[in-house]
Amino acid sequence: MATNKSTVPFKGTEEQKQKLLQVISELKDERGALMPILQKAQDIYGYLPIEVQTMISDETGIPLEKIYGVVTFYAQFSLYPKGKYAISVCLGTACYVKGSGDIYNKLCEKLGIEGGQCTPDGKFSLDACRCIGACGLAPVMTINGEVYGKLTVDKLDEILAKYE
Amino acid sequence: MADEIKMVNVKVNGIPVSVPEGTTILDAAHKAGVKIPTLCFLRDTNEVGDCRICLVESTKARGLVAACMYPLAASDEGAEIKTNSAKVLDSRRKTLQLILSTHDRKCLSCVRSGKCELQKLCNELGVEDEKLYEGFRPEYEKDTSAVHMVRDNNKCVLCRRCVGACEKVQGIAVIGPNNRGFASCIGSAFDMGLADTSCIHCGQCIVACPTGALYEKDDTYKVEEAIADPDKFVVVQPAPSVRATLGEEFGMPIGTDVEGKLATALRALGFDKVFDTDFAADLTIVEEATELVERVKNGGVLPMITSCSPGWVKFCETYYPEQIAHLSSCKSPQQMFGATVKTYYAQKMGIDPAKIVCVGVMPCTAKKFEVTRDQSAVPGVPDVDISITTRELARMIKRNDIDFAALPDGEFDDPLGESTGAAVIFGATGGVMEAALRTAVEVITGEELKAVDFTEVRGMQGIKEATYNVGGLEVKVAVASSLSNARIIMDQIKAGTSPYTFIEIMACPGGCINGGGQPLVDSEVRNFVDVRGLRAKALYDNDAAKTLRKSHENPSIKKVYEEFFGEFGSHKAHEILHTHYVKRSING
Repeated sequence: MATNKSTVPFKGTEEQKQKLLQVISELKDERGALMPILQKAQDIYGYLPIEVQTMISDETGIPLEKIYGVVTFYAQFSLYPKGKYAISVCLGTACYVKGSGDIYNKLCEKLGIEGGQCTPDGKFSLDACRCIGACGLAPVMTINGEVYGKLTVDKLDEILAKYE
Repeated sequence: MADEIKMVNVKVNGIPVSVPEGTTILDAAHKAGVKIPTLCFLRDTNEVGDCRICLVESTKARGLVAACMYPLAASDEGAEIKTNSAKVLDSRRKTLQLILSTHDRKCLSCVRSGKCELQKLCNELGVEDEKLYEGFRPEYEKDTSAVHMVRDNNKCVLCRRCVGACEKVQGIAVIGPNNRGFASCIGSAFDMGLADTSCIHCGQCIVACPTGALYEKDDTYKVEEAIADPDKFVVVQPAPSVRATLGEEFGMPIGTDVEGKLATALRALGFDKVFDTDFAADLTIVEEATELVERVKNGGVLPMITSCSPGWVKFCETYYPEQIAHLSSCKSPQQMFGATVKTYYAQKMGIDPAKIVCVGVMPCTAKKFEVTRDQSAVPGVPDVDISITTRELARMIKRNDIDFAALPDGEFDDPLGESTGAAVIFGATGGVMEAALRTAVEVITGEELKAVDFTEVRGMQGIKEATYNVGGLEVKVAVASSLSNARIIMDQIKAGTSPYTFIEIMACPGGCINGGGQPLVDSEVRNFVDVRGLRAKALYDNDAAKTLRKSHENPSIKKVYEEFFGEFGSHKAHEILHTHYVKRSING
């Protein structure tokens, strides 16, 4: 079975752990505590890997699967960290008809990850976004806020090389 | 004073019916003799109304409503409910077509073909192999990681009956709905294989599933291979509850005792010896009752809890690791049987234990896990080699050209086929308790026990309690079945407030007669018939008809102790018939 665990090694600190334990002890006896705990946990760690979800499960007694079910239901939660360089490809209408779907797929292939994930070395993460207001430059993507327009699949290697 | 129950009068397809307020349309229709089809609804397990198959029309409701979840209120007084209008049937067909559009429609080789609730609905409503909504169909890798079962999500209809069984009935929740929208699927956290979770192998998800998405791992070919091997001496032992359920696989009414035909069928399959787990159930009782008496006399850990149910044992090890000292050290009957065959019987008959293949026929999928536990009596030789379920045995009987219904009654072989009434009731919740009491009371008082029926611990309630006066000693006992009920008992022990001396716990609700390896019962029957009660009755009738009803009176048990083990609870018996437990953790 292919599992959905992050391939980026977990680098949580003792300080983050203490913060999370504090949050859980404050909230755990309230009804419907799981959502706020998850939101705060994501604030602390930036994402919700198995290590964090297991801590929440152990402390609250909520089965891990129930936590994972909630995390994967809501788009606001992420199982993967953001990379040092966060790539965001616009899949809005204008970009999409100009071929941003191919750009996105090619990036998945080149980086060896799926949308929403991060490369094992923690360098690149890939997300899809909707219109960033640069339709005149379609198709576009951003890397850490830097905008690249009028993209073609052939240009990707050159752009990625800048971040090596 | 209790409020008077208000009645609501409605008509279902023109048939007038009066039901208490709060009754669902589904139950009101049932009372009126109208059978509304369901798919996701499984009483007490999954009541969520998400499949939309049971939609009906009512003059007092807007749009179509889900009959399984619509409680009739005062405002529904006089409603005309139509369950078979053109609008309703059209809606049901569309729902089925949509389900089929993402369904792996390879029905011929599907393990559930002929017993599939989806197939049955399609057949009844005339929905064919639909191409109408054909489009992208997600493809899932089968999860074959667990020792006892397979999950094939390509056959899953997302009804959540398995989730209800795991979460609500068993309180485990190692499976649940992941992702959302089109990507929704039932699975475990982080898409881990079931083997990597704290699943306790009970198989209640399998018997809850309406389709072929969940099924036991088929070990029948291993059995057939062993039988065909002239160097192997293959012995078989069917569990007590198998005789109360196997007949259902051959069209017999629920609760038919087929003990005699079972023995004949096993012989026809070519086993060298047809023994009976019931013998080992008697063995378990004499050892367990001895252990209980010793714990009471010598200040051992109390309450003592039974250890026959491997799902329960793994649950205790995983969820209550600090309490494993409460578990009886007795192996389960299946394992005691294997251990006795490979030591006593092998020695007596001069057979090399390594050449004996011991096959268990069990109501249980967790028994497939149990045989892998490190506890064998002969080093390097497993106590039990292969454990198959009641369903797998039925499959073997069918493909070996045996006309089960026409078989004459047979007998089990001696000496490991002889048993008492105390053994056969092991298959129902409370049975082990009752059997143990029959022996323990005689041991403690030293007098003959005349009234052997401990009816207080019988019945299908989730938790039963009773207090008995045994030779001036007050003994408080409890019986629990299903793991959510076990949790209540265990939390008391954890808190130090448990008032009991002896507790019986079975993982499956109702005990082995409702095990995860038992014949599948269509939800339309299960929702309205007390299947567990009927199956249990077959066992209690079998017990009542026996002359010997106390385990320690079994002549073969006496003989085995005289010739081999010595006394009940002897050092040798401990080495061969007892085991140890391991502490496990919930999240690995």
